[in-house]
Amino acid sequence: MRGTSLSRTIKWTLHYAALLAYVAVALFPLYWLFKVSITPNDILYKQGMALLPSKVTLDHYATVVGKSDFLLYFRNSIIVSGVTALASTLLATAAGYAFSRFGFRGKFWIVGLMLVTQMFPLVIVITPIFSIFGVLGLTNTLTGLIIIYTAFNIPFATFLMQSFFDGIPKELEEAAMIDGATRFKALVEIVAPLTLPGIVATVGFCFTGAWGEILFALLLNSSPSASTFPVGLLLYSTRGTVEYGPMMAAGVLALLPVCVFFFLIQRYLVQGLTAGAVKG
Amino acid sequence: MSHPGAAARRRLAILEPWLYSAPALILIIVTTLVPIVIGISYAFRNVMLLDPTSGGFVGLDNFRDLMRDASFWNALKNTVTWTASCVGFQFLFGLILALLLNRPFPGRSIIQPIVFLPWAIPTFLIGMNWSWLLNPAIGPLPHWAYALGLMSAPTNILADPNYALVGPILAGIWWGTPFFAITLLAALQSIPREIYEAAEIDGAGGFERFRSITIPFLAPTMLITVMLRTIWVANSPELIVVMTKGGPADSSQIVASYVFTQAYQGLNFGYASAVATALVVLLLVYALLLLSIRQAMLGTR
Repeated sequence: MRGTSLSRTIKWTLHYAALLAYVAVALFPLYWLFKVSITPNDILYKQGMALLPSKVTLDHYATVVGKSDFLLYFRNSIIVSGVTALASTLLATAAGYAFSRFGFRGKFWIVGLMLVTQMFPLVIVITPIFSIFGVLGLTNTLTGLIIIYTAFNIPFATFLMQSFFDGIPKELEEAAMIDGATRFKALVEIVAPLTLPGIVATVGFCFTGAWGEILFALLLNSSPSASTFPVGLLLYSTRGTVEYGPMMAAGVLALLPVCVFFFLIQRYLVQGLTAGAVKG
Repeated sequence: MSHPGAAARRRLAILEPWLYSAPALILIIVTTLVPIVIGISYAFRNVMLLDPTSGGFVGLDNFRDLMRDASFWNALKNTVTWTASCVGFQFLFGLILALLLNRPFPGRSIIQPIVFLPWAIPTFLIGMNWSWLLNPAIGPLPHWAYALGLMSAPTNILADPNYALVGPILAGIWWGTPFFAITLLAALQSIPREIYEAAEIDGAGGFERFRSITIPFLAPTMLITVMLRTIWVANSPELIVVMTKGGPADSSQIVASYVFTQAYQGLNFGYASAVATALVVLLLVYALLLLSIRQAMLGTR
């Protein structure tokens, strides 16, 4: 009996040690980013490899916020990601609802089309979109990026919304329709409020996707006034004299919206997993 | 009286799903399907961005150039290295992580979100973060590798033509491991507990249970996830574009990043499209190969 309890202890020690290694690896790059962002310039290179800076400062953040360029990029990114998230969720909710509630001719082909476009390398549409947008005057505009990001987000967002609608009993809107409501009214007033967590998740996914996109942002919008945050940061980092402190402070700021979203959503993710386990 | 009303309602019922899905559908056709067709057509034309007289049909010329392009062949080789190492290690570390998280233990609700966090970080920031970590002026990794005797001097691996690709691969593994962990954990949790309990009563050990219950149950999820992930990773040039721009001297290009840099710097859209078309064909061959293997495996059962 004592032997088993000893081997149990060893097993759990190893278990936690392995998990601790994962935690350390997951957090270290982000910790380093944060550490450099609060290390004052005069000790940044002298004590560059120390795990803890001997003194801290918020100067780099002041530089970033004081630099009007970064504020502009931040504003552009918020507009592009926000509008993209709302537009793609709206379109995906409608399409996801149709996929969930109707069996109709052509559905197979639409779903197939969405899957196939997901499988294609994005790089193949880069040159045609650049040419088309050039003709339409959509290069160097935020609208151009919003259109592209919305289109790219829709397939995944639609499948996500479809799975949320699948989880809501059909009888709810059928009852409302028997009482004389149109299907659309039943969708807006009865079904949509119930899928609200799903809608929030979809908004979050689309927002994060648009927030980090760099290829189209780099190619389509070369003028600083229409640059998003990733492009601003990347171009800043490749300039001759590089100031690491402000750059990493900017990186930390870029991380904030994403982290907020992630910690909101992850509980939901775990819940989803547990629900799956209960079902199984 | 009721007849025309019923017919109209029936017509509406047929139209209704289309009304809901049309906006999404139209946007996808206009911004994805049409450009894909145009993009493939570019591959057979001479399209130069800054030259309005260009655009003529050149047949297979771009593909002939491609066959002679040493950078393309190197990028193709790198695509295999990049995809295999990223997906392989992401899968391995993801599976281990999923197994570690599978059973309830005190602290799981705190540890789980932390180890899943890398998955939520935007790619461009991961790329920049890892290039800083690998930069000896500001990051610790070269110094650690030097101290461990892995490097002869604490230099920047991203500037080394022989090893530059290792940088994006490290970043890619860090990023993608949680994805596999999440998918495999969901699959693990759907395995009925009773099967394990029955096996335990029959005296099966931990490894035996893993081999004869866990692996067969996970296999379908593993297969489909690895297949989709392979295509996705092969298509994703972001980390390479951000960390090395494919350099030094195209040594760390994969095909997807080669297309991007050709379009971005070279302005030769016809040639860039030919490279992209070649990538599409290769991925199709890969997918067909996998599907036929799957078919063959199902056939032998």
